[in-house]
Amino acid sequence: MAETVSTSAQDPSRRDFIYIATGAAGAVGAGLFVWPLIDQMNPAADTQALSTTELDMSGIEEGQQIIAKWQGKPVFIRHRTQKEIDEARAVDVATLKDPQTDEQRLVPNKDGKYEPQYLIMLANCTHLGCVPIGDGAGDYDGWFCPCHGSHYDSAGRIRKGPAPKNLYLPPYQYLTDTLIKIG
Amino acid sequence: MRLSKLTASLVAAASICLAAGAASASGGEAVLKDEHFSFEGLFGTYDKAAAQRGFQVYQESCSSCHSMSLVAIRNLGDPGAPFYDEEHPNPNESPVIKAIADMFTVTDGPDSEGDMFERSAKPFDHFPSPFANEQAARASNGGAFPPDFSVLVRAREHGPQYIYSLLTSYEDEAPEGVDMRPGMNYNPAFKGGMIGMPPPLFDELVEYSDGTQASVEQMAHDVVTFMAWASDPKMEQRKRMGWMVMIYLFIFALLMYGSYKAVWRDVEH
Amino acid sequence: MSGYPGYDPKSGFEKWLDARLPIVRLGYDTFIFPTPRNLNYWWTFGAILAVILMSQIITGIILAMHYVPHVSMAYDSVQHINRDIRFGWMLQPMHATGASMMFLAVYIHMFRGIYYGSYKSPREVLWIVGVVIYLLMMATGFMGYVLPWGQMSFWGATVITNLFSAIPLVGESVTSWLWGGFSVDNPTLQRFFSLHFVLPFAILGLVILHVWALHVPGNNNPTGVSVKNVDKDTLPFHPYYTVKDGFAIVVFLMVFATFVFFMPDALGHPDNYIRANPVVTPVHIVPEWYYLPFYAMLRAVPDKLGGVIVMFGAIAVLFVLPWLDTSKVRSMRYRPLAKLFFLIFVLVCIGLGWAGAKSPTDLVFATAVDEHGVATGFSFLWLARILTLYYYAFFLVILPVLGLVEKPKARPESIEKSVLKSNAGEA
Repeated sequence: MAETVSTSAQDPSRRDFIYIATGAAGAVGAGLFVWPLIDQMNPAADTQALSTTELDMSGIEEGQQIIAKWQGKPVFIRHRTQKEIDEARAVDVATLKDPQTDEQRLVPNKDGKYEPQYLIMLANCTHLGCVPIGDGAGDYDGWFCPCHGSHYDSAGRIRKGPAPKNLYLPPYQYLTDTLIKIG
Repeated sequence: MRLSKLTASLVAAASICLAAGAASASGGEAVLKDEHFSFEGLFGTYDKAAAQRGFQVYQESCSSCHSMSLVAIRNLGDPGAPFYDEEHPNPNESPVIKAIADMFTVTDGPDSEGDMFERSAKPFDHFPSPFANEQAARASNGGAFPPDFSVLVRAREHGPQYIYSLLTSYEDEAPEGVDMRPGMNYNPAFKGGMIGMPPPLFDELVEYSDGTQASVEQMAHDVVTFMAWASDPKMEQRKRMGWMVMIYLFIFALLMYGSYKAVWRDVEH
Repeated sequence: MSGYPGYDPKSGFEKWLDARLPIVRLGYDTFIFPTPRNLNYWWTFGAILAVILMSQIITGIILAMHYVPHVSMAYDSVQHINRDIRFGWMLQPMHATGASMMFLAVYIHMFRGIYYGSYKSPREVLWIVGVVIYLLMMATGFMGYVLPWGQMSFWGATVITNLFSAIPLVGESVTSWLWGGFSVDNPTLQRFFSLHFVLPFAILGLVILHVWALHVPGNNNPTGVSVKNVDKDTLPFHPYYTVKDGFAIVVFLMVFATFVFFMPDALGHPDNYIRANPVVTPVHIVPEWYYLPFYAMLRAVPDKLGGVIVMFGAIAVLFVLPWLDTSKVRSMRYRPLAKLFFLIFVLVCIGLGWAGAKSPTDLVFATAVDEHGVATGFSFLWLARILTLYYYAFFLVILPVLGLVEKPKARPESIEKSVLKSNAGEA
């Protein structure tokens, strides 16, 4: 049988195989080569190494707020007054647009206790990223975003305006009672 | 074949051009020792133990004059680096790297008062430089500028052999006929024979924790290994990728040749 | 013409598009194009060059995302690319080595054009466009070498820009205009970066013209005999030459990859790993290997302006090559004398490169020792002078005269005949 099959009938399939194999090898190679061209835009090693920031909050007076930078983004660190804390805790969470209790806005320290006087939040409005005005601004003694009129309360929760979410919290942990590591 | 001569000459043309380019750097007057290193060749990798010892030599001897400003402390724990730890592939989290970082003090700031302050280094910090600037370095070294180590091995012709030879070729007395300027040291591996740097290594200068005998030759070999890594920290990655690329291209070339033969099969050419 | 029916849109969409934007037709006409059936591997370097050009443009765009064109940061940013950017350790050597690969391929491409008389009628414009591309490649490569701001970058830029100060009357004004100051400094670096970025796109445009100019007369071929019968003498470019070029490209990529991954520094100069320092000149300033022959010609002439003229003249002469060569026979295969002089010419170019890499006072060989014990003999300066003379003589004397006096060998009647005969001969 094999002898009777003419070579012209046998060859095309063998040729097709080598064409397909060549084409496939080329496509795989091109595909693999594209990855470095894309990946090079991702954060570089030095950028990633800077992705954590340590911050000492002991120097922040009560009622004072500082803006730190973490990964190039501004971070609010506010030493809240007792009045602000009380106001934040008096709110009925169920009525909020993005329901969160005041404690959910905080992170416990090493002993598992909260330090409610320190409120640490990303400083970009959850609407379109402007930096809100602080120091008790807005209708709820918290922050007010001048770009599109979002009001945040003294726990950084959205109360009025177009923003959909409370001010975001960065990942952070307490190293001591006043020293935190963001990131 | 008609073109065989042309082929031969063009191949020769290309290779001589390349050789000329490679050989174009001056040098060659100084005699280099033919020391071999683990990182040479197509499969060469850095000898991690030697590079770790080299880091110790750099720390205890070289770093008082020579900066290494392009290298970050975290780099010591990168894949292919002297202190890479498989359990902590992210060098920023590696306890070894954190411990090394704690050995350094860096200047940071300004703080909220506008003052610069000192703090212990973090993995992301670069190696601190011993001098504030080139002028300060020259002033402290009799007018000579101790070169930065970051890329030094690549910045010298036959870098590893050159630096090894330089470190091991000091002679107490200059041969007759060589006029030494005061403050200079005789070293036949250095161009001109006169070098500002006094002999940086002597036997038992450092105490290796792994028990290796700290001879001048051993320390020179180790510190060159460390410097070679600092100059080309991605070499191991590059060679590994190179082999994968070469194997792929070889298979692809065979397939291409097969396709070529198949397409041209019925054509006389 | 039965073998080349032209594009025939079949589906409704193809017809619709063809009436509005005949882009498929353009691709078809470009690739299903009658190509002589006897092209050898020397003809694959055009396609190889196209691939490297694209590789250079892509890696270049990527490097520009991370590079900082400022004297205080340029050197560090190149190191940053190699140390911290993901795959930077591969992309930066690819770009730097790619420049050398492109010149290697272009030199082979040009020598091939000269040997087979590809510049002769009706391909003069094709050749001239090619020389313009070569000129732009030289400018682009030179400015690219300045960007890492190492010692060779800085001093190479200083030496080359100072060439223009040789121009009578306006020389000084031209150099300070090039520099944007009174020496090579930040303004120079920034404009070189801008031009280095944009010139490759000009090259790309000229390559399109080059291919267009190729498609009018069609390819030359190793016999130099024109296509007489399209069906018998030619094959469609695709698939015949796409696979052949493809194979050659992959083989060339293996050479390229060897340099990138295993010897990234082999084609560069160690001094360029030293930060640029305007007060310390390297002992021996040498350009990249692909400029060495011209550098040798520059130094061969004892007069500054003369050297500059000789150097630029060496390229200028290429523009008029189609009219200097008086021979009606294209391929040197059938010109025994021309072939001999061509081989010497190739060796002369290599020798000029050798001389360019050496200090002019270095000796090729010593003949004697003078009273101070210093060897004297035949210096590279004199080697460069003799070779420069031959370089010019080849174009201005040998090729014009040879065409008139040389008796060419018999040429095949047609491409097809040459193919059949040579195969029979080999069998």
